[in-house]
Amino acid sequence: MSSEPAIEAHGLRRSFGDVHALRGVDLVAPTGSVLGVLGPNGAGKTTAVRILTTLLQPDAGTARVAGLDVTKDAQELRSRIGLAGQYAAVDEYLTGRENLAMVGRLYHLSPSQSRTRADELLAEFDLVDAGGRVASTYSGGMRRRLDLAAALVVRPPVLFLDEPTTGLDPRSRNALWETIEERVSEGTTVLLTTQYLDEADRLADRIAVIDHGEVIAEGTSDDLKARVGGSRLEVALEDPTQAEAARAALGPLAEAGADVGVDGSRLSVPLRSDAGGVVAAVRRLDDAGVAVSDVTVRRPTLDDAFLTLTGRPAEDATDDAEVPA
Amino acid sequence: MSSLRWTISDTGVLALRQLRRIPRQPDLLIGYTIQPVMFVLLFRYVFGGAIQTPGFDNYADFLMPGIIVQSIAFGGFVTALAISDDMKKGLIDRFRSLPMSRIAVLSGRAFADLALNALQLAVLIAVGLLVGFSFATDILRVLLGIVLLLGLGFAFSWVFCLIGLSAGSAETSNAIGFTVIFPLTFASGAFVPPSTMPDGLRQFAEANPFTTLVDATRHLFLGAPANSDVWVSVLWIVGITVVAAFLSLRRYRSLTG
Repeated sequence: MSSEPAIEAHGLRRSFGDVHALRGVDLVAPTGSVLGVLGPNGAGKTTAVRILTTLLQPDAGTARVAGLDVTKDAQELRSRIGLAGQYAAVDEYLTGRENLAMVGRLYHLSPSQSRTRADELLAEFDLVDAGGRVASTYSGGMRRRLDLAAALVVRPPVLFLDEPTTGLDPRSRNALWETIEERVSEGTTVLLTTQYLDEADRLADRIAVIDHGEVIAEGTSDDLKARVGGSRLEVALEDPTQAEAARAALGPLAEAGADVGVDGSRLSVPLRSDAGGVVAAVRRLDDAGVAVSDVTVRRPTLDDAFLTLTGRPAEDATDDAEVPA
Repeated sequence: MSSLRWTISDTGVLALRQLRRIPRQPDLLIGYTIQPVMFVLLFRYVFGGAIQTPGFDNYADFLMPGIIVQSIAFGGFVTALAISDDMKKGLIDRFRSLPMSRIAVLSGRAFADLALNALQLAVLIAVGLLVGFSFATDILRVLLGIVLLLGLGFAFSWVFCLIGLSAGSAETSNAIGFTVIFPLTFASGAFVPPSTMPDGLRQFAEANPFTTLVDATRHLFLGAPANSDVWVSVLWIVGITVVAAFLSLRRYRSLTG
């Protein structure tokens, strides 16, 4: 094994007419790791995946996947990658088994190897009973599982998952996450795009946040959260008129330079790491005679990180994300 | 030549995919068989009495080669719809991400269409015989005619591949098919002799390759005067196939999604 990263892209650019989908994107995923590419719709995530999976030529920049150049060695590279896209790309008129066997044949496995592998994957993805039914009868979650199984026919060392759980119900998402985690534990390198912060948080070793065709932040989930600051203390008052008293009481707990935010009967404080947390806060409020209905300490989420990095909440950007499977 | 071997293998896999789908899409089979039969009945019995076809024993003889050419050429239409659908559903992306031959997705369709066209041809000839059509040449010429018709269907499969890849949606494919290709088959000698058409349209119909193909079929099935129609038809078929296949493959390679 070389020490070359499984995925390495430098300065990828791609325009469609006047639309600059990618404006110089760098991505790196060491072998065996999971790189989460996080961003709202239209950020350029899918364009990046399409370039890395040889479906699209970059206007500029270079990329190597599994040690091969995505443009010069495209044909050879295709036998070493698996792609599961946004739309559960299965043939609805073929059965699950026929779909997988067809993909095996197109990866140039022999007919018997293809059938054997199809049966293995059906078992692995809990589709044995459905294997003989045409895919049009499958639920959204079953289709995604079949799609993911098709991407794994040749056990590719590098797997690209483009919004694998968009439109799935929570139970199916969880099941798919577990399946992806199993692959990773077997050493597969995964590039995963998602609009869901919790998905990137759970699956990815490192996260690249893309917005308007550029990587605006890169790091571990914790790195990104750290950019928003430490934990926040959230206090709900019983009596809104005590807000000023509460602000004064909690002021010393706030990080240097940070302010206590007041919104009606709610206060939000960026906590100093050595402030003593909830205990110190409750003691100070009690001493000041402030009655509280709720006190919590919240670790920053990727939502907070996204808001800080892009200036807008991720939720706004994902309003139109409810795509049917 | 292992790459040629894989091209053949991949084409076979994709053709088999299409053939497997046929019995699972009854609406498709109806389009392929019932619809042309309705056309035969419509023209033979509704319009046929009013159409004069000098030089032919009856209108059924004149009509059948025309309707067969139209049905076979237009049969590839479902290919355009299916390719648009595959693009929309992400299947074309999946195929393009696999280490398979680039042309196989299209050639697989074209060869599967060949089988469908053979079925359609059998249904049409059977119905034609029932409504009064009869072959008036020898078996060799009839077989040649059948080969020519299947060649025509093959050529138009590539045309419809190109339409499907270019259209981007089944609706657009539908619009291109019905506003461009379908009228072309009517502005020809398929259903009425061009000599009965007004100036302008008549010259267009006479130059229309559909007319050449229909006349070639009439020659091979009925012994009608051929002139150079058979050879010109072969040239049209080869020409359409080569140009449409080249453009389709180029389009397929450079799809941007």
